[in-house]
Amino acid sequence: MARMNMVQALNSAMDVMLGRDPRVVILGEDVGYFGGVFRVTDGLQRKYGEQRVLDTPIAEGGIIAAAIGMGVNGLKPVAEIQFADYIYPGFDQVVSELARVRYRSAGEYHVPVTIRSPCGGGIRGGQTHSQSPEAIFAHVCGIKVVMPSNPYDAKGLLISAIEDEDPVVFFEPKRIYNGPFDGDPHKPAIPWSSHPRGEVPDGHYSVPIGRAEVVREGTDVTLLTYGTMVHVAEAAVRVSGTDAEVIDVRTMSPLDTDTLCTSVCKTGRCVVVHEATRFGGYGAELVATVQEHCFWNLEAPVKRVAGWDTPYPHAFEWEYFPGQARIVAALKEVMEG
Amino acid sequence: MAPRSRLHVPSPPARPGQEPDFSYLQLSPAGEVHRPDVTAAARDIENLSLELVRVLDDEHHAVGPWNPHLEAPELQVALRHMLLTRLFDDRMQRIQRQGRISFYIKSTGEEAVAVAAGMALQPGDMLFPSYRQQGLQVVRGRNLVDLMCQCLSNTRDMCKGRQMPIMYHFGAGNIFSISGNLATQFPQAVGWAMAAAIKGEDHIAASWIGEGSSAEADFHYAMTFASVYQAPVILNLVNNQWAISTFQGFAGGEHRTFAQRGPGYGMPGVRVDGNDFLAVYAVTQWAAQRARQSAGPTLIEHVTYRAAAHSTSDDPARYRPKEEWRAWPLGDPIERLKEHLIALGEWSEERHQQLHKELEAHVTACWKEAESYGTLTHGPFLDPLTMFEDVFRDMPPNLQREREELRRLLDTQRSAAGDAAGQDGRGSPPRAHEG
Repeated sequence: MARMNMVQALNSAMDVMLGRDPRVVILGEDVGYFGGVFRVTDGLQRKYGEQRVLDTPIAEGGIIAAAIGMGVNGLKPVAEIQFADYIYPGFDQVVSELARVRYRSAGEYHVPVTIRSPCGGGIRGGQTHSQSPEAIFAHVCGIKVVMPSNPYDAKGLLISAIEDEDPVVFFEPKRIYNGPFDGDPHKPAIPWSSHPRGEVPDGHYSVPIGRAEVVREGTDVTLLTYGTMVHVAEAAVRVSGTDAEVIDVRTMSPLDTDTLCTSVCKTGRCVVVHEATRFGGYGAELVATVQEHCFWNLEAPVKRVAGWDTPYPHAFEWEYFPGQARIVAALKEVMEG
Repeated sequence: MAPRSRLHVPSPPARPGQEPDFSYLQLSPAGEVHRPDVTAAARDIENLSLELVRVLDDEHHAVGPWNPHLEAPELQVALRHMLLTRLFDDRMQRIQRQGRISFYIKSTGEEAVAVAAGMALQPGDMLFPSYRQQGLQVVRGRNLVDLMCQCLSNTRDMCKGRQMPIMYHFGAGNIFSISGNLATQFPQAVGWAMAAAIKGEDHIAASWIGEGSSAEADFHYAMTFASVYQAPVILNLVNNQWAISTFQGFAGGEHRTFAQRGPGYGMPGVRVDGNDFLAVYAVTQWAAQRARQSAGPTLIEHVTYRAAAHSTSDDPARYRPKEEWRAWPLGDPIERLKEHLIALGEWSEERHQQLHKELEAHVTACWKEAESYGTLTHGPFLDPLTMFEDVFRDMPPNLQREREELRRLLDTQRSAAGDAAGQDGRGSPPRAHEG
């Protein structure tokens, strides 16, 4: 076991997989010699060489398309898109190709590609370095969508993604790369070394894709969330004094309906929290799933707390970010309902 | 053994700790490249994509057929624009280091690319820059206070706090809104030019991208559309050798020049010394005349060097020799124009020092004024409720509801903060921290 932050844990996952499986290759902008703008691939090219850890031209569509071709030819590519906000030039390759090759060839071809990409706000990145586009990808059938909230899950889920025979889009909430964040930007940063999930095995292990996790047990209300917002939600629950059950969804697709709905049927109340914009957001899928399975157990309408339906504004980052105050208000409202 | 394929991975000529090496650069002597008629057929002038148009020679004289023969006062204005751009960049970088703005991108070493092109074009020509052509804003007369207020996201911010620093726009100056996404502006400029042609106007469009982002599909959309419709557009590819940590070989510059892509698409490609103000001016003027006479688009490769870090988030010492900028064979664009003016007898070290001082003082005065309109941390602040405006022309109901929800939340937080500060009403309420 070692103490790792999320960057080190993700690096360790790729290190382990490059070492175990000669089919694994890493590609992306600045990932090779430089080790990535967030240092996630630091040292990997030195260790495994330029033929397996490749810098690429600045062309996200090209990166994803090349990864597909490599995957078809027996490799297991892990492609980095430097910011989730820059993934859209590759969107056609994801939606029309990556997600459908298995289906359209009736299983004769498949594409075991992992796309990693930092997402989320809280770093003063404005509208081009802050987006959370998980719902856009979760809407596409044929790709799995994952977002970890801590170093242990990050490594275990990334190993699962690389080992998966189907394509996985793996979003990394960059605000929590170096430590958990409770939503208050004025508090001193907390490192992962002081968090139980900063304890990470050095070697190979996996966390299964498609499984949510109860991170806090409770009886009053179920709080469904993922990524950075897990930590904000936990803090909001402490502030509110509500005995909430907090669930880290971890995988947007395929969704662990059982874990989610067992909890909501138990508590009878539900609040959904995500950082992405609200309208047509992933929360809509969660709320629909909850009402389909738990309607007769619900004591109050399910509430959503999400980013406003605007691009992420640079100056109003903390008025935009769905922080503790809004979660506390939603918990209160659901409890009174 | 039978030969087997092996992946070629480009490698820059020098890494940190090694001697800078620019022997890969193909240079032409100043004055040597032929200047064809602006209506020449693209296929007859393919040599322009291989050679390097240069006007200023090593003795600082303007030589050869591309010499635009500008008068001294115009050259002095150019020097002023370039120096102001550099001093503005230097100041904003220092301010970012002090934590007073969140981010900055300098254009150091590339001032001629923007300033010369800006001066060679007409005010009605539409510009679609990337994030490293602040010199265009200077040429088009944008007040530095406006640029600083944008970087500060303050109450006078042209973007109303919505954009990261340097993502300016300038409607009155015909400069489009800068995107943080790479290369998107390149094909948009072509579309603008197509509209000018459809409407029968004589304005043209110009756009800039880096050599790194020329790998994006948008570059190829731009080239194809521009060529197919012979759009009146100038497509500038700024080859500053580095795209964050990857050198120009990763964008395809190892085997062909970037300018050669022009002939590949059926348009002229012109390779120009991007640190030679006169050469950039002349080539831009040539391409602009060509576009205005319906002779079609031009791709210009500006050979230059990114002297600064990619941005304030970058540390180039990790991936390139620190001494590279000093070893760059095409020198410093500001020094070269200054020496040219001195050689003409139209400038002196004393006048240059004086100009430097004057512009420094101007930047300082602008900064003082800009700061008085607020910073990210000190008021006055923009009203956060304005974030819901301009998503659409008319605010739809969901946004109206969200705006009300935030208004209530901020009111609650302000009155709670007011209570905490005492009941006498003294002191302004602090800014609410979160939504």
